[in-house]
Amino acid sequence: MLSLERFFGGLFLDGNKRVSTQTPIRDMPLSQRLMIPLVQRNGLEAHELLPIGSRVLKGTAIGGGSNPMDPWILAPTSGYLKAIEQYTLPHPSGLSGKTWVLEPDGLDEPIHLPALKHYHTLTTEALINRIEQAGITGLGGAAFPTAAKFKSPLNAIDTLIINGAECEPYITCDEALMKERPDLILQGAYIAAHLLKATQCLIALENDKYDAIGAVTTALNAHKNRTIELVKVPSIYPVGGEKQLIKTITGREVPSGGIPADIGILCINVGTCAAIARAVLCGEPLHSRIVTVTGQGVLNPQNVKVHFGTPLADVIAFCGGYTEKATQLILGGPMMGFSVSTDEIPIAHNVNTLLIAGSKEIRDREQPSSPCIRCGDCATVCPMQLTPQQMYWYVKSDQLDRAVDYHLSDCIECGSCDVVCPSHIPLTQFFRSGKTQLKLKEHGLQMAERARLRFEDRQVRLDASEREKAAALLQRKTKLEQGTNPEIQQAIERAKHKRAEKLKQVAPIPPQLNSGSED
Amino acid sequence: MLAVLVVTILFTGLAGLLAYSGQRLNIETKPITESINSLLPQTQCGQCGYPGCRPYAEAISKQEADINRCPPGGEETVRSLAELLGLEFKPLDEAHGIAKPPQVAFIDEERCIGCTLCIQACPVDAIIGASRLMHTIITAECTGCELCIPPCPVDCIDLLAIPNTPANWRSPSPEKSAC
Amino acid sequence: MKDYLLILIGTMLVNNLVLVKFLGLCPLMGISRKQETALGMGLATTFVLTLSSVLSYLVNTYILVPLSLGYLKTIVFIVVIAVVVQFTEQVARKTSPLLYQVLGIFLPLITTNCAVLGVALLNVQYQHSFIESFLYGLGAALGFTLVIVLFAGVRERIDASDVPQPFKGNAISLITAGILSLAFMGFQGLVRA
Repeated sequence: MLSLERFFGGLFLDGNKRVSTQTPIRDMPLSQRLMIPLVQRNGLEAHELLPIGSRVLKGTAIGGGSNPMDPWILAPTSGYLKAIEQYTLPHPSGLSGKTWVLEPDGLDEPIHLPALKHYHTLTTEALINRIEQAGITGLGGAAFPTAAKFKSPLNAIDTLIINGAECEPYITCDEALMKERPDLILQGAYIAAHLLKATQCLIALENDKYDAIGAVTTALNAHKNRTIELVKVPSIYPVGGEKQLIKTITGREVPSGGIPADIGILCINVGTCAAIARAVLCGEPLHSRIVTVTGQGVLNPQNVKVHFGTPLADVIAFCGGYTEKATQLILGGPMMGFSVSTDEIPIAHNVNTLLIAGSKEIRDREQPSSPCIRCGDCATVCPMQLTPQQMYWYVKSDQLDRAVDYHLSDCIECGSCDVVCPSHIPLTQFFRSGKTQLKLKEHGLQMAERARLRFEDRQVRLDASEREKAAALLQRKTKLEQGTNPEIQQAIERAKHKRAEKLKQVAPIPPQLNSGSED
Repeated sequence: MLAVLVVTILFTGLAGLLAYSGQRLNIETKPITESINSLLPQTQCGQCGYPGCRPYAEAISKQEADINRCPPGGEETVRSLAELLGLEFKPLDEAHGIAKPPQVAFIDEERCIGCTLCIQACPVDAIIGASRLMHTIITAECTGCELCIPPCPVDCIDLLAIPNTPANWRSPSPEKSAC
Repeated sequence: MKDYLLILIGTMLVNNLVLVKFLGLCPLMGISRKQETALGMGLATTFVLTLSSVLSYLVNTYILVPLSLGYLKTIVFIVVIAVVVQFTEQVARKTSPLLYQVLGIFLPLITTNCAVLGVALLNVQYQHSFIESFLYGLGAALGFTLVIVLFAGVRERIDASDVPQPFKGNAISLITAGILSLAFMGFQGLVRA
């Protein structure tokens, strides 16, 4: 039995989870149109890999990026690529992007990926390759490409943590998966542990999710070689954040600016685990995910298994449609989610919840704020041990460098500080703004550096050509002065020759103008 | 009399010591021009009044130019320079141009006559083409400096704003005024 | 030993040159926007103060007084201080050109810092010995550095805050300096004279 530690800060929040766990996960039938955004993880456009009109199978790569870290964008089902449209992206900016319109043909024909039942005989590279081909990304919300995550650790991973600690209120998709398919999760965990050669594998979930704990324990007991340990963590928000979970379970802290792999640990979400199992054992590419549809604004809150590309409108309709209490549509939970203004948005890898909130259901993010009274409550709850107060002052007064000194980049945007602030200051929004500003500034400096190098190269080129010209001119001048310029002689010869030729052509006089001797 | 003598000797002695130490320490100022130049946007557009970013950086380091003369850098650059040099931030000097959103040039191929004047004008070689052949702008390298616009005889170059994508989206800051 | 410690602490805190005797206010207001530059300025002033305090004592004791030229001390001290400041400038240029650039005009202005001349003259007035002059100069300089760094820290926070329009800039800084001065007067009871 592992002894658990407490990570710094955090909040005790009302879960509001029962509302969506009353029914088992329902499979949603395919929509008439699936919209697959051609957007890479860094926000840049991906290019389409096939012409419009192509027929694709489930798992065919239809979009790709220039970045090797970016996974291929796969078709979620078989059908025809009807068109490319501008469609709203599931992104807080509300911007639209190039999107494939896929019309399913109902056959759901997959690409041929052989089932690798004996995965323990395969190399790590082969398994990572399969994960890449199946288009697997993290399903916990950040959508990080899983193959890249497994490829990157240079140090050995000693501990693999399967993250089932779903700490944000309202979200229950992981809990539902653990209740219904714990076997899949465990199989995926074994595959991942084998791949990473991890010495320890743990599955973590919150200690108040009794049904899930029961299901996973039963599944664990069924396996003969029980190398996975179940860990029950206290339900404190945000224990599901990987750095907080690592601290709780192992007592180790991920260094500032670092990743868990730096200290020999890797975390993967239970949903990702199940996807790995399907990909390796059944040869199934990642094509769908479980989404929690919840809130007072939807008639039948539940968990649904949705194909990627399904518009939100269809998902909500499948769950009974809107109630009259609906006021806000949030992608994600009440703490870290972002609200959207339309339901014509496709489900992508990063959408784990649709929270259709009623008017007083969640904390009002738009409420007017008062001046900061420097009470320090925000620093007391920050799970990353930052000083939100100081970061706030510096981001607000546009002193980003100072904010970086206070580790602005380490902020996980969990929203804990927002909840406790007595002045209702939207701190997390300030930090998001600061972080994007920082990213753009760094990008700007990189571009400036590139421009500077090109400019200097151009100067070198121009100087070189000036020098060449001057040298050539000098050479010609000296040759002229010396009088022994064969080129000029040749030119004169050529000119003479040409003139002679021309005269010969003109010389023959037409017969009638000849001397009248031949009448 | 004694006073004058003593004072003269004392002062000469001190001055001598100073000259010696000056020589020994061999003052060669490491220029901070590099640090200043690395903060400038490198558009080489000349709007600051200097022929390029490095001359402007040199002028700033010699305190001949103010730090708010770079429109492509915008307020961000003024703040960075103020931070580096310990000066106060001041708003952009409108006399040198207004800050514009990021833009790139675009050649209308219908009207281009292939004269290469714009190619010669571009400070970062972001235009490819040759005499009497089509010219086109390498969007990824274009800094939006506008130096190609005046030379074009058929006025076929337009400036387009860089579209907002999730990649360059800036999360909005909440309303700054409280209560 | 106790006397020496007394001089050091006394000059640093109780009779702080900047906040109690109100000398050297120019660099306090001019250079204290950022903590790094304030520290740099403080160190430069420490160097200058200590060195010129000692040199002035030596010049006074071994040249001016024996030749009954005591009345020249003001002029001579000024020149000594100017030489030391020039020397400091040379060292600063060599070791940290960025700091040199950032301090700008305030580095040579240490010459006119009344705190520096004040210490030199006060040494004569209090009839300090060599060690006492050294400690007095050091204590004054450390006190100056302490205040300027503290003030820079406060000013950084003020810069980030919402200051009402009439108070922006030097107004709020001077008010803050006044409050800081009040705080330092609380040290009065530290040393029982």
